[in-house]
Amino acid sequence: MKTAEIDIDQQIGEVGRILTEQEKMKGVLIYALHQIQADNGYLPGDVLRRLSQNLNIPLSEIYSVATFYKMFHFKPRGKKVVKVCLGTACYVRGSKKVLTALEAEFNVHNGETTDDRALTLETVGCVGCCGLAPVATINEDVIGEIMGKKKLDVLIKSIREE
Amino acid sequence: MTQIDNIPKLKSIDDFAAFRDLLFREGVLAPGRKRIRVCCGTGCRANQSLTLVEQLRKEAGKNEIELEIVETGCQGLCQKGPVMKIEPHGYFYQRVKKENVNEILSTTYLANAPVRHLLYKGSFLDKPVEMMEDVPFYKKQMRIALRHNGIVDPTNIYHYIASGGYRATEKIFSSMSPEQVIEEIRKANLRGRGGAGFPAGVKWAHTRRAPGVIKMVIANGDEGDPGAFMDRSIMEGDPHSLLEGMLICAFAIDARYGFIYVRHEYPLAVKNLRIAIEQAEKIGLLGKNIFGTGFDFTVNIREGAGAFICGEATALVASIEGRRGFPHARPPRVSEPGGGPWGYPANLNNVETYACVPPIIEKGADWFLGIGTENSPGTKVFALTGKVKNTGLVEVPMGITLREIIFDIGGGIIGGRKFKAVQTGGPSGGCIPEKYLDLPVDFDSLIKVRSIMGSGGMVVMDEDNCMVDIAKFFLSFTQAESCGKCPPCRIGTYQMLQILEKIASGKGEEGDIERLERLGKLVKRGSLCGLGQSAPNPVLTTIQYFREEYEEHIRDKYCRAKVCNLGVFTIDREECILCGLCKQACAFDAVKETRRSFFIDRDYCTKCKACYNVCPVNAVKIRRLYERLEEELKIPSDQVEIIERRRKMTLKDVLDSRPYEIVTIQRGRTISDAVKLMSEKNVSGLFVVDEHNKLVSIFTERDIVRCVFNNTPTDGTIEHLAVRDIATFDPSTEVSSAISIASRKKIRHLPVVEGDTIIGMITFRDLVSYLLPEICYMAETMY
Repeated sequence: MKTAEIDIDQQIGEVGRILTEQEKMKGVLIYALHQIQADNGYLPGDVLRRLSQNLNIPLSEIYSVATFYKMFHFKPRGKKVVKVCLGTACYVRGSKKVLTALEAEFNVHNGETTDDRALTLETVGCVGCCGLAPVATINEDVIGEIMGKKKLDVLIKSIREE
Repeated sequence: MTQIDNIPKLKSIDDFAAFRDLLFREGVLAPGRKRIRVCCGTGCRANQSLTLVEQLRKEAGKNEIELEIVETGCQGLCQKGPVMKIEPHGYFYQRVKKENVNEILSTTYLANAPVRHLLYKGSFLDKPVEMMEDVPFYKKQMRIALRHNGIVDPTNIYHYIASGGYRATEKIFSSMSPEQVIEEIRKANLRGRGGAGFPAGVKWAHTRRAPGVIKMVIANGDEGDPGAFMDRSIMEGDPHSLLEGMLICAFAIDARYGFIYVRHEYPLAVKNLRIAIEQAEKIGLLGKNIFGTGFDFTVNIREGAGAFICGEATALVASIEGRRGFPHARPPRVSEPGGGPWGYPANLNNVETYACVPPIIEKGADWFLGIGTENSPGTKVFALTGKVKNTGLVEVPMGITLREIIFDIGGGIIGGRKFKAVQTGGPSGGCIPEKYLDLPVDFDSLIKVRSIMGSGGMVVMDEDNCMVDIAKFFLSFTQAESCGKCPPCRIGTYQMLQILEKIASGKGEEGDIERLERLGKLVKRGSLCGLGQSAPNPVLTTIQYFREEYEEHIRDKYCRAKVCNLGVFTIDREECILCGLCKQACAFDAVKETRRSFFIDRDYCTKCKACYNVCPVNAVKIRRLYERLEEELKIPSDQVEIIERRRKMTLKDVLDSRPYEIVTIQRGRTISDAVKLMSEKNVSGLFVVDEHNKLVSIFTERDIVRCVFNNTPTDGTIEHLAVRDIATFDPSTEVSSAISIASRKKIRHLPVVEGDTIIGMITFRDLVSYLLPEICYMAETMY
């Protein structure tokens, strides 16, 4: 996305009428970061520099915000992002075993991307599917009740397939 | 029929009433029709409920059955998903698959009979339950906040209106003043559902009184607690009730701008909220000049980006403004000038709180006060998860006991295991043990047992969960999520986590529990915001109720739930089927094979549990260090300690256990001198030393035997006799290794030497008599 394309007034909504230009620019910052990440898969440095010029926000401040939130990444990520839920419900039902198994299967550590950039393995606090614990998500799809070898193999298979 | 893509703009309250009548006349969601409500919440979507809906539509069209398919939000019983409710019969089907579609259509809609195998069954032997209302999971529930969840299509505003939605809005605009609205909410004593339980009416009144013309309404949907998903269900399944609650609040405090702060992890909630806002704006319930009353109110969605701290009010405000989500000290509160977004006062409530508002306005405060307990009226939504049979979303009146929730609604523990604790309130709450199972659940009684209601997460744990591990889990969560602004939280939680990790890895020391308690209290008192102030709660409550588990980890290096990698690993020979999987699984070659059995070498074992996990017959046992001696040899634990202590004793201890004398002889002396000396001193061996009293060799009874056999003259010197390499022992040598060396070398005299200094002589008999009491004792108890 071209960072200049963000419609600041539309994004900030009606409340923009009572805000200064600078406050409006700041108000859409997190949204803009989400958009950049959706387009690139991560936050490339040059795009952030352009964003800093467009929004008139110091680059240091953009980095200050972007590094604070867990969801933003500064390194390219895999084509498939697999997140193993380590929320309480999943944890007590053994999601750590799922994580260890995936780490061994794909030879990556938690938070890393495989060398061929096919897969990024991460953990997530809670995806809110506690009823199906333990769960993992592949990109947006939720796979639940990963208990036992059979279900784990299904998960691994669906990660491998294109 | 009124089409959803062509929503009329309503200009007045009368228009709205007329429009609702029109919907009724057209029969939107009218009872008695052929309709299937399929749950399409995130949980059921994960179980392919969307393909199920597609299939249902296709097959119903093929068979020419006039059937309405409603894609509802979460119906609660996520574990049995996808679930569906069949109308007009009222059957409740669970775990429905694509293949069952034809069966449902033919059996239920053509023959009017239930599909037996899709009905809910408590267990294999139980009778199937036909109606939704009779399913134990739903029986004790009472739905106020979730009143439309599972009934309406969240993307269709007509459904919400037809089932009684926006009636409260109609009421306030036609007959109530803002003060009356606040008074009603205050009278109903609606307490904040986000955790703290602060009365919403008081907060509203406070915000209304705040100086300034511009005010805001914020809904907190940053549901970061692991194990909680009630806000998600409301935002996904019934977004209009949130919007209506916010609209009523805006009317009461005279606010114009509304924000819903949603976690980025909830894409479906964001999507459904956007659709709902768009539809509400089209129909004229949001935006400018609502219903021609001159009242303006707009709602915007703000997405979070994965920061737990943003659920805290002041941090949330910072995040809305586009800053780092740092909390700040209060005052100013969010409801005061300078506290809300861009300095404007704002009213911030949880999503569930707003969802409770419309029914209160519609039915009156007295109705609400009649539900629940005196100080906590109404209902509360809980996300019941963990080791219960039926996991999912439940809404129950306050004052219901934990036992009812876990055993009646939840169906008890999976696999009939033993209940251990229930964790309420997420990472800020505490673990409640079995003895409080009959505790009525409301805000105040949970605080009495040092837990909190929190946002309503309820994670059930059984005997397979280790409380130290659970405390560690929660603390590592809060430690990672601490924003880092104030040191008590940033450093304190880190130090607490270090201690917990030490305990869990078997390196705990005496005093660690007290250190944890002291640190916990410090973090609670010193932290800036709610996150730090409540972060030590899981640790402190588990210490309070499960102190013996902590002590077990520290003293016995044992974890009774077998979660932490502690204890002694053994293979039960009677149970072992000699499959050899444990030997394959062990990466450290600790599993050894003999001809008839496998055993684990404790010296190599790293306690990784690979063998334990892989064993198909559970023959690998994890025991307390001395459990085997105690159980199989029936040695009392105090005796076990003595044996263990003596096993670890060194040669120095053996020497010290009795009086002794160092008997030496110069190497130039004769054999007869030596024999005479031995006889005088009544010893069986001598140290042979040189002029500087340095040890050269030893002279023992065996040398005398050799002299007699070889006919050596007794006036010869002992020097040439005793010249040989001798094994000397350090006083710190353990008794056990001394015995094994001595028996391998076939020696009976063990000279103990430290450097050049002679310490003393130990004979094999000394060792035997030293260990005799234990051997006798064991023999006695064994036979």
